[in-house]
Amino acid sequence: MSNILKTSLLIFKKDLKSELRTRYVINSLIMFVLVTISVIRFAVGDEEIGNEILTGLLWISIFFSTSNGLSRTFIKEEEKETSVVLKLSADSTSVLTGKLIFNLVLTFTLNFFIIFLFIIITDYKIVNVGGFLISIFIGNFGLVSASTIIAAIISKANSKGTLYPVLTFPILIPLLVTVINSTKLASIGVETDKLYSEILILVSYSIVITIAAFLLFRFIWED
Amino acid sequence: MDNVEIICNNLSKSFPGNSIFKNLSFKTETKKSISIVGSNGSGKSTLVKILANLIQPSKGSVEIFRNKTLLPKEKLLYKISLISPYFNLYDELSGFENLDFVYELKVSNSDKNNNSDTSEKEEKIGALLKEVNLYEKRNEPVKNYSSGMKQRLKLAFSVINDPDILLMDEPRSNLDKAGIHIMYGIAERQKEKGILIIATNEDEDKLICEDSINIEDYK
Repeated sequence: MSNILKTSLLIFKKDLKSELRTRYVINSLIMFVLVTISVIRFAVGDEEIGNEILTGLLWISIFFSTSNGLSRTFIKEEEKETSVVLKLSADSTSVLTGKLIFNLVLTFTLNFFIIFLFIIITDYKIVNVGGFLISIFIGNFGLVSASTIIAAIISKANSKGTLYPVLTFPILIPLLVTVINSTKLASIGVETDKLYSEILILVSYSIVITIAAFLLFRFIWED
Repeated sequence: MDNVEIICNNLSKSFPGNSIFKNLSFKTETKKSISIVGSNGSGKSTLVKILANLIQPSKGSVEIFRNKTLLPKEKLLYKISLISPYFNLYDELSGFENLDFVYELKVSNSDKNNNSDTSEKEEKIGALLKEVNLYEKRNEPVKNYSSGMKQRLKLAFSVINDPDILLMDEPRSNLDKAGIHIMYGIAERQKEKGILIIATNEDEDKLICEDSINIEDYK
């Protein structure tokens, strides 16, 4: 196994072990999801709401829940003064890869939970399940890549809490607009091959943002 | 034994509106030791961070050679170790798990040892934990350790990869007499096989080093 992959998996395992012991992020995220979906349920009441609006509400839940958790990966290392241990022991590419893997696992687990609850509570119907899952998968990949590099940037700043939404929002607008549209079309039954242009934008965005993250991270991490 | 050399050329470090030190040059090699001295806030830790490759100098360069061959930056991870008050080990992991994590990152990934041997690893970690007197507490989370125990664990962390260069920044922090004795044992061992650099204001620490750099001379 290459050194980068091996080191990344070690960092991922360390973060997972640490998270399972402290539940630093998981507990707050589960509560956040429950509260958000409950508020949506109370706001919707007995109204019949179409998938156009429900998809927007679903992505509001996904975006705020995940962004709340994703920002913690690097902030925790800085706040607990453990980042030097990683800097002394691992190269920057492996650190970013390890953190990305951890954030991907966290986000996909959380999204499974959000979508499951959302379907039960709002009676959200998905006609083209394949297209819906592809959109969610690629959309989340882009969301995680962008959020992880922004988390690394803000972990060095003093006003971490306010800086995170300020930086993420403009960077994520193209992704959010496209993924909401793609998810909505899939949920109302548009066939997957007709979602081609949306999926192409999502894939391109994810590739560009992931490459940019790897190019930038060394400069953020090393000084 | 490989010969490792550190050559610092005209190092300067400044932050906006604040020059820390200027034109600092020195050279040292395997089996030599240097103390970095100076008053509080004079820039000792800044120099140590530059040597550990944690921050970059504003001017000048640090070059590390192994048998006259310049080591690329990515190889330095496996050669340099640091103990200092400005970092912590992972609180939620046990002492053993912390050392295991660092061993896997630094030793198993190094050129010398690309295949991780579990028994060799456990033997090494066990021996170090015994040396710093934490073997009995090896499975307790670090958050339950006292500050002196955490410092002793950092001593074990700093030598787990048998570093060529060991940087000690205020190594006595929180240590009792027994802890200081352990620290000197590790420092003496390092002097026999590598380079030892100690940033300190303690006279006793200065005495174990052959050379000294007073950072106040480079203002």
